[in-house]
Amino acid sequence: MDLASILLGGLAAGMVLFVVSVGLSVTMGLMGFVNLAHGGFAMLGGYAVVLAMRHWGLPFGAALALGFVAVALVAALLERTLYARLYRASELDQVLFTIGLVFVMVAGVTLTVGPETQGVQLPPWLRGQTDLGFLKYRTYSLALIAFGVLLMAALWLGFERTRIGAQIRAAVDNRRMAESMGVNVRRLFTLTFALGSGLAAAGGGLGAEILGLDPQYPLRYLAYFLIVVAVGGLGRVSGVFFAALALGVLDFVLKVHFPKGGTMFIYALTIAFLLARPQGLFGKRA
Amino acid sequence: MSLPAATLEAATRHRLRAWEALPWLAALGAFFLFPDYLAFGTQVLVMILFALSLDLVLGYAGIVTLGHAAFFGAGAYTVAMLAAHAGWNEPLSGLAVAALVAGLLGLASGWVLLRTHGLTLLMLTLCTMALLEQAANMFSGFTGGFDGMPGLAFQPILGRFEFDVLYFRTQYLYALAVLFACFIALRVLVHSSFGRSLTGIRENLLRMHAVGAPVRARQVLAYAVSAALAGVAGAVFVQATSYVNLAVLGLERAAGVLIILILGGYGRLYGAFVGALAYLLLEHTLSKAYPTAWQLGIGITLVLVALYARNGILGLADALRRRWRER
Amino acid sequence: MQARRRWGGVIAAAALAVAGGASAQTVKVGVVLPFTGVGAEFGQQVDRGMQMYLKLNAGAFAPYKVELVRRDSKNPSGAEAKTAVQELIAQEKVDLLAGFIYSPDAIASAPLATAAKKPMVIMNAGTAWITNLSPMISRVSFSMWHAGHAMGEAAANSLKAKTAVVGYTDYPPGKDSLDAFKRGFETAGGSVVDAIPMGGPGQVPDFTPFFQRAKDKKPDVFFVFVPAGDHAVSVMKTYAALGMREAGIKLVGPGDITQDIKLQSMGKDAVGLITAHHYNADLDNAANRRLVAAWKQEYGADSTPDFMAVQGYDGMAAIAHVVRTLGGRIDAEGAMKALKGWKYDSPRGPISIDPATRDIVMNEYLSELVLKDGRLVQKNIGVIEAVKDMCKELKAGKCAQ
Repeated sequence: MDLASILLGGLAAGMVLFVVSVGLSVTMGLMGFVNLAHGGFAMLGGYAVVLAMRHWGLPFGAALALGFVAVALVAALLERTLYARLYRASELDQVLFTIGLVFVMVAGVTLTVGPETQGVQLPPWLRGQTDLGFLKYRTYSLALIAFGVLLMAALWLGFERTRIGAQIRAAVDNRRMAESMGVNVRRLFTLTFALGSGLAAAGGGLGAEILGLDPQYPLRYLAYFLIVVAVGGLGRVSGVFFAALALGVLDFVLKVHFPKGGTMFIYALTIAFLLARPQGLFGKRA
Repeated sequence: MSLPAATLEAATRHRLRAWEALPWLAALGAFFLFPDYLAFGTQVLVMILFALSLDLVLGYAGIVTLGHAAFFGAGAYTVAMLAAHAGWNEPLSGLAVAALVAGLLGLASGWVLLRTHGLTLLMLTLCTMALLEQAANMFSGFTGGFDGMPGLAFQPILGRFEFDVLYFRTQYLYALAVLFACFIALRVLVHSSFGRSLTGIRENLLRMHAVGAPVRARQVLAYAVSAALAGVAGAVFVQATSYVNLAVLGLERAAGVLIILILGGYGRLYGAFVGALAYLLLEHTLSKAYPTAWQLGIGITLVLVALYARNGILGLADALRRRWRER
Repeated sequence: MQARRRWGGVIAAAALAVAGGASAQTVKVGVVLPFTGVGAEFGQQVDRGMQMYLKLNAGAFAPYKVELVRRDSKNPSGAEAKTAVQELIAQEKVDLLAGFIYSPDAIASAPLATAAKKPMVIMNAGTAWITNLSPMISRVSFSMWHAGHAMGEAAANSLKAKTAVVGYTDYPPGKDSLDAFKRGFETAGGSVVDAIPMGGPGQVPDFTPFFQRAKDKKPDVFFVFVPAGDHAVSVMKTYAALGMREAGIKLVGPGDITQDIKLQSMGKDAVGLITAHHYNADLDNAANRRLVAAWKQEYGADSTPDFMAVQGYDGMAAIAHVVRTLGGRIDAEGAMKALKGWKYDSPRGPISIDPATRDIVMNEYLSELVLKDGRLVQKNIGVIEAVKDMCKELKAGKCAQ
């Protein structure tokens, strides 16, 4: 079993996790809001992509962009009207709200589109295998890895080099201080939430080929997204990146060598890691 | 000068009020009024007990966990495996063993996990439960895995009351009796000095550390007791339905009990009753009327309760009562 | 929309029943299917199959009426199904029980059926030993062994394979399928070199690592069992993406992986896939041509019946037979007697219920996927007739009890 194909397979899976989870990490770190409906936005994005391709004949890339924008807008709307009311509420009321929201999303999709899984028809240039010289590997996996790296770079630049990025980082570290420095935290919340949910939507569309897409998606993968966020450290994009990749590769390796008990090891390792380092990879010590 | 009404009420909450007999009378009444619904009724009673156990850690000790089904499942599988593999199917002693096993599991995991908090603790509880679920699947020779262990037979309770396969009459009264006993014990615990110290830990952790209270020890103990109670709930569940499978350890069950407790109102014991009844009744009636669309109704209800009723249904009732008094 | 239509149908039937007066005129059937959750899609197919039977055979129950009382079994944990069955028996006082997609649902409900003496017609749940759980149970769907064993035999005899790797979803139907294929294949002279559990039924895992492992063993044939539904499409994609066909490894499996409702979304990657199953929508017989035509007219040209739909269809046929034989008054003994040995010309060919095991006896068709006019079509390349559940025949493992 050669290392390269295992690595590539794991990295591809990890990239999907990254794209979906990064929004959750930033919004949870910034807003302190437990948004269990995050997977729901990913699902909505996936459905938007599939429906846009099927009914409007949009190509894959354009459909992804559409999904991103559409869900970001919906998320911004929800944030202004509903989420904002619960910022001062207890964590548990937030949990209740977001789970209720997921139910509504799941039921809504089931009733309008149907309970069946939706398939994505990839464009021809993303299908099949690519010859890398030393290895022939699944083209789509390679594309996912490339996309993930680009996204990471873009986010890093955004956070480190733009003013808004600096504002977000400041607000994550110390919201009161940032407010007193004149940062419009409310507007930041909406923007970040929209961006994070839009990314989740893109992740849902990208991952449909590998993780599947059906109304049960948000609840099925919730645990994985939360693990990635916890292990990466709240609010830390680089943390989510490495945590997602680590989880992806580890999961892959374990499944190849220990298909019987593979998932058990993931949970055991996560427990061990979080006990040793509760703040996650790059989180701050509480 | 007399104390404000809220303080007075809080201070005397440990005294038994007349209306506290109501839930039990209602449960007994249901037995006679709805003889065809006792299978559903038994599920409600089991869920109330499970939610009560969660209330101890969540409402009183302030520990948020998404993995409480680990203990429910531990109790469930203990009873099942004793009956299927060791031929030990006496129900009451089975309950005791289940409580012990679940309690020990709670003690061990609490001791290890409760040094963390927040999202980390939440994920750790989730992962522990998921680990147990995977383990149960791996050793499916013992546990029956996904298909579970059917046909578990239990001896009549106290040698006289046989489990009623079709109408669940015995199961209902059995679950009610167990719930009653556990509730009394929990009520005493919660109003004892131990219980009050838990509230102190939840409300003001720093101050409790400052006065030298053994915070970690208290939390772990509360966690262990809560685990034991959850184990009892799981055991009753298996004895009543004579079937167990992996779902007892699943995220769906753990998330379900969390929602129920928040819905009813946590930190006040009776929230478990209200939440379980309201949620399960709503789910049941909606799914009968609209087999495909009921999830939508539930979702909307949860969203509305979260937005407009802080601290759940009982919290809403409190707020209404206060407004009534103040007018 | 559909919920209202169904609900309306039930009300209408109930009103008719009340107007009709004597309870012997209306037979109540309790239908337990998942209408929400992971199984909603399958519940819908079985339900539609049942409705298709009523539509195409309007006089089948005459002069009696049939009322379907539906309950959602929600998640495959068995607990909901059990509560639903209890209420159907105690409150609705149904005459028969039907449905049951998931094995845990059927397993949990068996004791209730026995205690209340209600015939239980299983329309999907495939764990082999389920029919042993209660004398009230009869099954019109399948056991994992029907297709698995047949495929094993066919792989050795028709495809001339010597070695095989088995990939299976790690839960009882998957393990059943593994055992069945292995038994069939090894009895016919082949050898299974590796058995790879591929995650649980709950998630659709990324199959890449498992298929990579299988590819490295270089078998002649790769037998894959995954639950019908989302998994199957992923299987096809992964098989193509890893270039396994070019490596000379044939992909085979039970028809669960080529479920008709998923077929077209598999694309060209699936061409050449060989499966063994009791039904596919391309079967060429009069009853099936009629069913497919009526189905497309009712549910749209893009929709199709599949093996679950035909199981619902045949289940209704079985119930109609019982009702006619017993003259509208259903008693347990009479019903079971009528079911045992029942024969029928179904859209899946000739079927019957084995009197000894109360399980289905039917043809297993060997099919190859080909492209015709740009669509994937199942081409029949062989048939094994009158296949019984080999697990109970050979008394293998848990079937021996």
